Amino acid sequence: MTRHVILGCGVAGVAAVEAIRSADPSAQITLVTDDAHGFYSRPGLAYYLSGELPEKQLNIFSPQDWQALQVGFVHAHATRILPGEHRLELGSAGTLTYDRLLLASGATAMRLDLPGADLQGVVHLDDLEDTRRILHMARRGRTAVVVGGGILALELVEGLRAHGMQVHFFLRGERYWTAVLDEAESRLVEDRLRHEGVRIHAHTEIAEILGRKNKVQAVRTTQGEVLPCSMVACGIGVRPRIELAQEAGLATERGILVDEHLQTSAQDIYAAGDVAQVYDPLSGKKLLDLLWLPARRQGETAGANMTGQQRTYQRAVAVNVLRLAGIMTSIIGAVGSSRTDEVTMTRGSSETWQPMPGTIAVASGGGVNLLRLLVDETTIRGAVVMGEQTLSLPLQELISTQADISSIRAQLLSRNELAGQILLDFWVARNANNV
Amino acid sequence: MPPRSHASLQTTRHEALASGHVVPEPTRCVQCGICSFNCPIDIDVRRHAWLGKHIINPRCLTCGECIQRCPRGVLRFDRLKIFKEPER
Repeated sequence: MTRHVILGCGVAGVAAVEAIRSADPSAQITLVTDDAHGFYSRPGLAYYLSGELPEKQLNIFSPQDWQALQVGFVHAHATRILPGEHRLELGSAGTLTYDRLLLASGATAMRLDLPGADLQGVVHLDDLEDTRRILHMARRGRTAVVVGGGILALELVEGLRAHGMQVHFFLRGERYWTAVLDEAESRLVEDRLRHEGVRIHAHTEIAEILGRKNKVQAVRTTQGEVLPCSMVACGIGVRPRIELAQEAGLATERGILVDEHLQTSAQDIYAAGDVAQVYDPLSGKKLLDLLWLPARRQGETAGANMTGQQRTYQRAVAVNVLRLAGIMTSIIGAVGSSRTDEVTMTRGSSETWQPMPGTIAVASGGGVNLLRLLVDETTIRGAVVMGEQTLSLPLQELISTQADISSIRAQLLSRNELAGQILLDFWVARNANNV
Repeated sequence: MPPRSHASLQTTRHEALASGHVVPEPTRCVQCGICSFNCPIDIDVRRHAWLGKHIINPRCLTCGECIQRCPRGVLRFDRLKIFKEPER
């Protein structure tokens, strides 16, 4: 009986459990997690924070689902991997011996590194426990300062605003999410936020968090302004939890390096999800994806390979569909608008969203409906669709399949304002021909 | 201006009421559960999305609540193809 140990109870770990169980009904599977709440929807935390979902709805699996998988749970904090001995140490909880080990320990929110960062009232949106804490404080607090430039920070802004807090949103650069959005897209999000009563402060960073009796009282900005608040919410990015792998001597960079079978540099140890840095055939580099679907697909592939199969992980085009300040937005493929100083990654993003050399931007639309395409000589490499979402699925298909758009390229470039219609007609005709 | 709607692209709510069902796009689902939470008759839409299955349930009203509420554009109406479509 093969002993499988899965470290991490996020979607990558659970997808691996499902893959192992379907391939080997007799395998012993142990899931180790230090999150007391087990498997829940992390992206769903934003909706719990905004009041759209009750907490219990975040649990994805029913007790029957777990029973069918026959998996043993160990609630413990892993302290050391001993690859040579095939053992995982769990501090005072003992030691587990494995035949195959999956590292799916995810990523953790980066902490502010400045005076006052350890005061009560400085919060992060990392897990369910954090969300509970934020909600508790939001019911009592009046003013919050949110720092960060990506999805996580925006979720904090909207969640706190939904609870009636006065929110000040500090942006390090001149506009929101410069790494992925272009100026029109950023401005659209900012306008909507202002309309909702959020105060946006561009080119603003915290120099110091001021407190009294160990509680947040105010922030002092780098320009010297003092702004009273009871909460500082930090969404500056996340960092893959690679410390255990590093200490065990596994090859790591920003994440744990894995080959196309998701095996690490150590025998019988695999990695999947936010913690894994995976080969990208398009760029030839090993990149991080902090997205739900790649984590699930990686977990499935790693789990299958842990049972002796030889599956190759096929990296798909990175897609995220989400609401930015209430506006439905699809981000597909290589869309980055510019090289910026934002080198940190936030949950819900991908390193493949960086700009691709040699692409030309086609932008059209107005109001809350914006469309941006990044086209090269023959294909569309990336797209941002804001507002009206009719083109979202067609674009995901055209970009994923690297469809040849040579026949409409000149039209797209010369008549930007009609780009949406040209694309839609192209897609419909293409599908009709494929039937 | 948004592109004009195209008959072959979207199944309307009216058509869905008559002969349709809800279809998830699992590549976009993050299992937040807003769909199941808002279903008036407690169909576990999220589980269908996890398994990549269409919501073919005789109790489904095709009211579209799950589609409207999903914050990730995962769900859409599609028509049941019971009979082969006539050749054009």
